[in-house]
Amino acid sequence: MKIRISFIFIILVVFFIVTVFYKSLFENKNYVPKNINYKIENISIKDFYTGNNKKLKSLFGEKKLIAINIWASWCLPCRKEHQHVKNLSTIDNLKLIGLNYKDKKNNAQEFLEELGNPFDTILIDTDGTKAIFFGAYGVPETIILDRELKIIKKYIGPLSAESVKEIKTFNQ
Amino acid sequence: MIIKTLKLFLFIFFFNLLSLNYIFAENSSVDTISKNLRCLICQGQSVYDSQSEFALSIKTLISDKLESGKSEKDIYAFLKSKYGDWIVYEPELNRYTLLLWIFPIFLFLFGGLLIARKVFINRKEK
Repeated sequence: MKIRISFIFIILVVFFIVTVFYKSLFENKNYVPKNINYKIENISIKDFYTGNNKKLKSLFGEKKLIAINIWASWCLPCRKEHQHVKNLSTIDNLKLIGLNYKDKKNNAQEFLEELGNPFDTILIDTDGTKAIFFGAYGVPETIILDRELKIIKKYIGPLSAESVKEIKTFNQ
Repeated sequence: MIIKTLKLFLFIFFFNLLSLNYIFAENSSVDTISKNLRCLICQGQSVYDSQSEFALSIKTLISDKLESGKSEKDIYAFLKSKYGDWIVYEPELNRYTLLLWIFPIFLFLFGGLLIARKVFINRKEK
């Protein structure tokens, strides 16, 4: 009797472990913090071309939203997502800002000459500390901000056609 | 004899040199802070251990913040506001982490009670 109970117990434990692992196979492994709806400080970042510091709030102009696309010439997924970034520039009411991450200026310029420059403004982050203010993990990453500098949505990794579609809906 | 003494001397010299190096490395604040931060894009590494772009940027940010007079607590608070509580190895005590902190103590007391009971009963039987 005792053996049977322990046998059933072992079977149950094994079943439990297998279910947990099997279920977690299909879970999204990207960690996204839950408190995403935070405001960003109005920090100033250097402009790529002029080298002048620009405050984040001054980038909006007349537009309602800005999309900050963090990219680098050494990042292969950035090359892949570039066509989608170009599609972002066609959206009304959205300023497209590029944040050049830990890059060499020459390489970045070559990248833009080769693939086109869809950005309204390009900012530069030579040591990667500015990207931390946006809660970025690396490149590529795209963050949509409203005029209050509140994060509306964060896309970790390359943009897709679906994400561009979704960004279009933020405008309405 | 001379070679033996020389060997001993060299051993003591390098031993002290390396331990000094260790002691000074421990004292540096960027290191102490980054040891308590989880590298979010690495597997099981702290920011201190990792050489990834993410970790390097965090280390630069920590030294910038320390230079501008921010305290260790300010830096943790800033990074938590950006990446969530997960970035810090030691979670602070709040209502979400209460169970996490209380449970081991509870388990310890409960286990102790069990052992004490068993010992007590055994003694009685004897």
